[in-house]
Amino acid sequence: MADLLVEFFQWAFGVTLVPWLAMIMGIVVGILAIVLPLLIAVAMSVYMDRKVWAGMQMRRGPNVVGPWGLLQSFADGLKLFLKETIIPASANKFIFLLAPALTFLLALVAWAVIPFDAGMVLADLNVGILYLFAISSLGVYGIILSGWASNSRYAFLGALRSAAQMVSYEVSIGFVLVTVLMCAGSLNLSEIVMAQKDTFMGVNGYWFTPLFPMLIVFFISALAETNRPPFDLPEAEAEIVAGYQVEYSSMAFALFFLGEYANIILMCAMTSILFLGGWLPPLDWEPLYLIPGWVWFFGKILFMFFVFAWVKATVPRYRYDQLMRLGWKIFLPLSLLWVVLTGFFLLLTDKIPA
Amino acid sequence: MTLLKHAARTFLLSEFIKAMWLTFRYMFRPKATINYPYEKGPLSPRFRGEHALRRYPNGEERCIACKLCEAICPAQAITIEAAVADDGTRRTTRYDIDMTKCIYCGYCQEACPVEAIVEGPNFEFATETREELFYDKSKLLKNGDMWEQEIATNLKLDAPYR
Repeated sequence: MADLLVEFFQWAFGVTLVPWLAMIMGIVVGILAIVLPLLIAVAMSVYMDRKVWAGMQMRRGPNVVGPWGLLQSFADGLKLFLKETIIPASANKFIFLLAPALTFLLALVAWAVIPFDAGMVLADLNVGILYLFAISSLGVYGIILSGWASNSRYAFLGALRSAAQMVSYEVSIGFVLVTVLMCAGSLNLSEIVMAQKDTFMGVNGYWFTPLFPMLIVFFISALAETNRPPFDLPEAEAEIVAGYQVEYSSMAFALFFLGEYANIILMCAMTSILFLGGWLPPLDWEPLYLIPGWVWFFGKILFMFFVFAWVKATVPRYRYDQLMRLGWKIFLPLSLLWVVLTGFFLLLTDKIPA
Repeated sequence: MTLLKHAARTFLLSEFIKAMWLTFRYMFRPKATINYPYEKGPLSPRFRGEHALRRYPNGEERCIACKLCEAICPAQAITIEAAVADDGTRRTTRYDIDMTKCIYCGYCQEACPVEAIVEGPNFEFATETREELFYDKSKLLKNGDMWEQEIATNLKLDAPYR
């Protein structure tokens, strides 16, 4: 990227960039190239979510703003921009405003290590997956801070629920990651994707191997991690109105909303990188490689997002004790068992990656 | 055996898969909702919507300022002042309906001896300000002129049941 910029400036303005400036500009351009499409994707995903949800309830969904209602999210966003940000009198103002910004920032920062195609990654970290895990764990802070700073009972209850829920499901997500890491032999996301090339019978991706149950566990944990139905207890409209978001309005609310959906897309991207083979085509068949990798990656994210919306339209909300039972008593032992089984399998078949 | 069956059902998520398949099929069903601003559902002739003051075919106001509607209005939304007009008939000088008070019970329409005040078929009269909902006589007469055809048809259709 930096070399390209140096060449571009040489060609366009006839100036030679100093290397450090070129590097910084390269990073900024890279960040913009990820964040801008991501924000549009977030807006479109809200639209898709509503449309899928509406379809499954035999409704029409948004269809007035723009062709087929495609601009609905932008209209909603504009509306939120123009509204007044109300800060409760008894709230801790600094933390109250910090929380949505933190949520939004963390949701965007995580995308730095996501490989969109071979070599198409902003920061090719060797511990990319640990970075992702760390960032998604930090996500809970946005919610806890907002719940505490709002100085409201509903918000506080929502934040407490959310904290307990996210911590519980992170444990099983961690073990699922371990099984994948053992098979891939790397913490680098690009290498994890490449390790999934032709895993079994010419199919790319770990989903076609005995790791499939872990895909399900990961997916369900991802639902819980992003507070999506059926695990949307932190916001549970029927009981605690909107949980941690209850005191938020205008842009602060919009940031929460954007962060939430950016997180959902991130989880979809993680699922496709860890199990569906990232940017690789679904089958290891030469003509399929003619389609650029990022198209496959985008398609896989789209599919996963559809399933997210699908689940939302299908299942009712869990009770809190059921949620905890599922996380600690079913997913944790199951994923732990799978870690052991995968280890044995790799050891016995002598397939431990170098 | 039942335990095994139960465990298998739980771990294979069979009920979830069944439910997901069900919702997936519903996505391709015809929509149950109508495309509202562009298509509208049917309305009964008895529908009680926005108020209107009607005229006789020769253009004379029907209302004789008997104030029965004002008396019966449970929300006390109607205010009437009467006077003798130039031609010696009793007419309203003021006929206001506060649409923010109105509960659309239709008693004014029932009370009216000359079918002057009616609730028409229009229900799309949302306004941007509260003041616009304080209807006066000219607004109500304008409604009557605008909706006369529909109102007359509806009254005719409903007449056999009154």
